[in-house]
Amino acid sequence: MEALLFNVNAGFLEGIVRGYKAGLLNQGHYNNLTQCETIEGLSATDYGNFLANEPLPISTSTITDKATQILVDQFNYLRSNSVAPLSKFFDYITYAYMIDNVILLITGTLHERNTQELLERCHPLGVFETLPALCVATNVEELYRTALIETPLAPYFRECLSAADLDDLNIEIIRNTLYKAYLEDFYTFCTSIGGPTADVMQRTLAFEADRRSINIAINSFGTELSKERRAKLFPAIGRLFPAGNNALARADDVEQVRQACEGVSEYRAFFESSPGGSSRAQNGGASESTARLLGDYGDGLEDLGAAGELEDRFFAYEVHLNKMAFLQQFQYGVFYAYLKLKEQEIRSLAWIAECIAQDARDRIQDYIPTF
Amino acid sequence: MSGTGPRENIFPTRMALTNTKLRLKGAQTGHSLLAKKRDALTTRFRAILRKVDEAKRKMGRVMQLASFSLAEVTYATGDISYLVQEQAKSASFKVKAKQENVSGVVLPAFEVDRVPGTDFNLTGLGRGGQQVLRAKEVYAKAVETLVELASLQTAFMILDEVIRATNRRVNAIEHVVIPRLDNTIKYILSELDEMDREEFFRLKKVQGKKKRDTEAAEAQRKLLEQSEDVTSFIPEIEGGGGDLLSSKDEDIIF
Repeated sequence: MEALLFNVNAGFLEGIVRGYKAGLLNQGHYNNLTQCETIEGLSATDYGNFLANEPLPISTSTITDKATQILVDQFNYLRSNSVAPLSKFFDYITYAYMIDNVILLITGTLHERNTQELLERCHPLGVFETLPALCVATNVEELYRTALIETPLAPYFRECLSAADLDDLNIEIIRNTLYKAYLEDFYTFCTSIGGPTADVMQRTLAFEADRRSINIAINSFGTELSKERRAKLFPAIGRLFPAGNNALARADDVEQVRQACEGVSEYRAFFESSPGGSSRAQNGGASESTARLLGDYGDGLEDLGAAGELEDRFFAYEVHLNKMAFLQQFQYGVFYAYLKLKEQEIRSLAWIAECIAQDARDRIQDYIPTF
Repeated sequence: MSGTGPRENIFPTRMALTNTKLRLKGAQTGHSLLAKKRDALTTRFRAILRKVDEAKRKMGRVMQLASFSLAEVTYATGDISYLVQEQAKSASFKVKAKQENVSGVVLPAFEVDRVPGTDFNLTGLGRGGQQVLRAKEVYAKAVETLVELASLQTAFMILDEVIRATNRRVNAIEHVVIPRLDNTIKYILSELDEMDREEFFRLKKVQGKKKRDTEAAEAQRKLLEQSEDVTSFIPEIEGGGGDLLSSKDEDIIF
C-alpha cells in the first residue's frame, strides 16, 4: 500500500535525497583528505569546489560554515518541494535546531548581549519569524506568553513553565526538558505516519533518546543536578525505557550506567573496554599519552577518555542506523538520515581539518566515515 | 707623587692616610661580599634558565593538547563557546602573587589558586559533557603551565637586571674604586716621604748654614785675635813714618 502511493507525493524528493546521498564522501575521499598537508590542500580534492571563492587562508570554521550552508540549501530545497505529511516531517526535524536557538537567545538575553550578534550565531535551520522577539523576555513565563506561544515549540514549553527563574542551571535543564518533549512528540508523530517510516524513525529516535539518557546520566555525576530532576530529563521512549531509565536515574558511576544498559545487546557493546573492532582504536593510546603528560590528572582523564570513546561509539552507531535507513524505500526516514549523515560528514571534515591545522596526524583517522 | 692613575683629591696627611686605608679595607670587604652575591645569583639564574626552557617546551605540548581537546569538544557538541562565555560568572582559576627572597633580591612568584566547582558544569549535558570537562581540565593545566612560566620569566628578568647591576658594582670596585684608593695611599705615602726628605734636607741645610755661620764667626774671631796682635805691634811701626797714601790725614781737607 505504501509502495503504491508513496511516489505520488514524495517520490521525487526521495529520488533527490538519494542523489544527494551519492554525493556524500566515501572512504576513498576520506583517505584522500587525510593525505592533505595543509588545510588549503583540502580544497584541492574534489570536495573543495565549494571553497573555491574563499580567500586564503581557509580556517576550519570557514569549511564548517560552507559545508553547513550547502546542507541548509539542500534541506530548504527539499522542504519547499514537500507536501503534507512530509512537510510536517521536515518541520519536526527543524524543531531540534529551534530549541537550540531559543536556548541560545535566552542565555544571551539574560546577559544582555547584542541581539544581532546572537541571531548570527543561530543555526540557520532553526530560524523562525518570531525568534528576535525572544530577546524581550526576562523570565520563562513572559517568554512563553509573548513569543513562544506562536511557535510550534509552545507545547514543549508548557512542561517546564514551573522553572520560574532563568538561572543557568535551569537553562540547561530547560534545554533538555524541551528536547525530551520534542523527541517524544516526534516519536508519536512518526508512529502516526505508520508503515516503514514508523519502523525506521522509531529505531533512530529510540537510539537518540537512549543516547541522551545515557549522556545525561554520565554528565550529571558530581553536579548539583539531583537524581529526581535527572530522571525527569530522560525521554520516555527508547529501548531503555522504562526499566533502564529508572536504573540510569539511580546510577552513581559509569559502572552502574553500564549495568543499566546491559539489557540491550547493542548498547552493551558500547561499554566494552576492548577497542578491538572500534574505528577509534587509536583513541585509547592518545588519551593515555595525554594522561601521562598531565601527570596528576592522569586518573581523572583516563575515565574521561573512556567516556569520550563512548561518545564516538554513539556517533558510529548513529551513522550505522542512518545508513540502515537508506536500505528501505518508500519512507521518510531517509530525509532524517541524510541530514544526520551530512552533519556527521561536516563534523568529520572539521575534525580532519582541525587535525591538519594542529598537526595531530596520529589522530586524523578518528573521524567516523559515513559510506 | 705617584702619578700612575687617578687618585682622590685629598690633602696628604697622616690622618688622611689612615682614613684611606680604612676605606680600602671596606672596599675590599664589599668587593668580596658582592662577588659572593653575584655567584649566588648566577647559580640561581642558571637554575631558572633551565626551568624556563623546560617550562616553555612543556607549554608547547600542553597548549597543543589543550587546543586539540577543544577541537574534540567542537567535534562532539558543536560550538559551545558562546554558552560557556555567558555562563562563566566567577573566576575558577586565580593567580596569587607572593614574594621570594634570593640573596637580598625580592622575586615575585605566582601561585595558582583553583576554586573548585564551575559555573557551567552542565554544559553539554545532553551531548559531549565529558569532552567539555576534559577540555576544561586540560586548559586549566595549560594555564597552570603558563602561570609557572610567567613567574619564572619574571624572576629571570629581575635576576638578569640585578646580576648586571651587581656585576657592574663588582667591576667598579675592582677596577675603579680599589685602584683609586691604592693610588691615593701611594700618593699620600710618597708625599709624606717627600715631606720627610724635604724636612731632612731642610734640617741639613739649616745645619750646614749653622756650621758655616759658626765657621765664619770663628774666622772672624781668629782674625780679630790676630788684628789685636797687629795693633799692639803697629804703633812700633808707625813711629818710623808710614805710608802717606794709605792713611788719611785729618788735617788734609781735599
